[in-house]
Amino acid sequence: MAERPLNKEEIILGEKEHPYRKRRIGAFVFLLISIVFVSLYSVITGSVKLNLQEVWEGITGTKDSMLHTIVWDLRLPRTIVGIIVGMCLAVSGTIMQGVMKNPLADPGIIGVSSGAALMAVIITILLPKYILLLPIAAFIGGFLTAMLIYALAWQGGASVERIILVGVAVNAVIGASMSAIMLLYSDRVQAVLPWMAGVIGSATMDQAKLLLTYGIPALILSLFAIKHIRILHLGDDVAKLLGHHVERSRFFLIVVSTLLAGIAVSVSGLIGFIGLVIPHILRMIVGNDDRFVLPLSALGGGMFLVLADTIARSWFDPIELPVGLLLSFLGGPFFLYILHKRGKMRAFS
Amino acid sequence: MLLVNDLSYRHSESFALEEINLEIKRGEIISLIGPNGSGKSTLLRIISHLLKPMVGTVLLDGKEIQTLGRKALARKLAMLPQIQNHTIDITVRELVEFGRNPHKRWFQSLDGEDERIIQWALEVTNLQAYEYRFLQSLSGGERQRAWIAMAIAQRPDILLLDEPTTYLDIAHQLEVMELVQMLNEQFGMTIVMVLHDINQAAQYSDRIVALKDGHIRYDGDTKKVICKVMFQEIFDIDVEIYYDRHKPFFVPIRKKQDFVVSP
Repeated sequence: MAERPLNKEEIILGEKEHPYRKRRIGAFVFLLISIVFVSLYSVITGSVKLNLQEVWEGITGTKDSMLHTIVWDLRLPRTIVGIIVGMCLAVSGTIMQGVMKNPLADPGIIGVSSGAALMAVIITILLPKYILLLPIAAFIGGFLTAMLIYALAWQGGASVERIILVGVAVNAVIGASMSAIMLLYSDRVQAVLPWMAGVIGSATMDQAKLLLTYGIPALILSLFAIKHIRILHLGDDVAKLLGHHVERSRFFLIVVSTLLAGIAVSVSGLIGFIGLVIPHILRMIVGNDDRFVLPLSALGGGMFLVLADTIARSWFDPIELPVGLLLSFLGGPFFLYILHKRGKMRAFS
Repeated sequence: MLLVNDLSYRHSESFALEEINLEIKRGEIISLIGPNGSGKSTLLRIISHLLKPMVGTVLLDGKEIQTLGRKALARKLAMLPQIQNHTIDITVRELVEFGRNPHKRWFQSLDGEDERIIQWALEVTNLQAYEYRFLQSLSGGERQRAWIAMAIAQRPDILLLDEPTTYLDIAHQLEVMELVQMLNEQFGMTIVMVLHDINQAAQYSDRIVALKDGHIRYDGDTKKVICKVMFQEIFDIDVEIYYDRHKPFFVPIRKKQDFVVSP
């Protein structure tokens, strides 16, 4: 293990509390406050600017008022979907990075998202009757893809380089299948096109409610992942020696992260890079400890997606940019930046 | 307390452990020595249930370790594998907390008893001042002590160490060996370790087991095993044995002369 020069706070001996305690508390407070403000900002922003009082009237007012339509039917679902999808994606990325022990793991990059997307395209175009099963189908598609990639990359261990390379190949096949389906059924393709670019704009209150019923339990389940990730980080040998069932928890973690990615994809389509960017920034701030990175990622991911979506729909007037598109524009370069910095960084050196 | 019966393990064509029989008594310090690839680390990994033997059994207090369950085993047996690579930002205290894992159900959190044991482990390894320091900010010797603190927080009867002094400078090596000796003398912990430095093995252990090509070739009191013939057979070297304060130590002379070249 390479020695690293000590920084100032570490030289002082006999600390009485965790050196990152203050910034961890700070990060929680900051994200909690900002998620509230960003949500309000997204509700008041749009072609019709609202003030807080009008928002309140929209929520409490009569069903057929215009304010109610704007707030309850258009803006609020969008904000709720943004928060939950952002949370699911960021937490999914956090867990995948933990299982793979690599900061570049992300449902989009690994190919889990496209597997989920393929199933969603099949349901939407070929079997629209079963649209309510979309989240489950997306989960199954994502899970099968994750397992396939894991199995194909396995060579006495699955290095992330192999996983990414296998992911590229599997992604190509899945992408071609999606294109084929869309070509063959070009009359029905309108339903999925915006979804391919990643949108949360068309969300209805019913969709938001459906997402809440799937997403909240999955997010609560993800809290149980923390302990497993931390112990796996000690290495398989040490984890086993501490009485831990390594294979069991790795399977559990893959299931949970795929579930979260599948839920997100089923609602919002292909929104990339949140699972990569948010945990990464948080690790730099609060240290690489998933007890903090995972819940903070949830807050950060929800906040960030709502913020990005609000920007994507209001700053480029009159075009409403799909938020997935905007994030890919930002996320691609960020990914390269991490690749460049990797190895220099303590957290994953 | 620990019994290895007729154990065999094949890893590849070229490497196998065969017919290993070993009895480890309570309170002993045993060192496993042997050349690279002789199977000493593999034996340690089988005893700690990281590898499954193909034939034979490992009994701990009369019970087969396979049937014991990982957690139950971890309450009695702790092991420090060779190199600990990890990427999380973890403080010494958090690492030691992991040592309580085998004593906890998945939903249980640490209680006063755990806290007492954690403090004890930090005290014994002299790491109290480092409780809230990041592991990565410690020196190699301190870090090794932190891992030992985690292992003893399991409150094991038996502690296995795989080359605990490798990569450490000499002062830190002695520090670790003295810590191990103290754990044995004061807390009655049985110690089994793989050591590369045979002089260290000779100085600190009651008994030495020498392996070569997957077989145990020597097993006995340190003074009996540390002899010229052993070095010739196991390591193919000629040595001189000296005694200092009743402990043997060796000085290598040359590579063993297999045949004489006439001038």
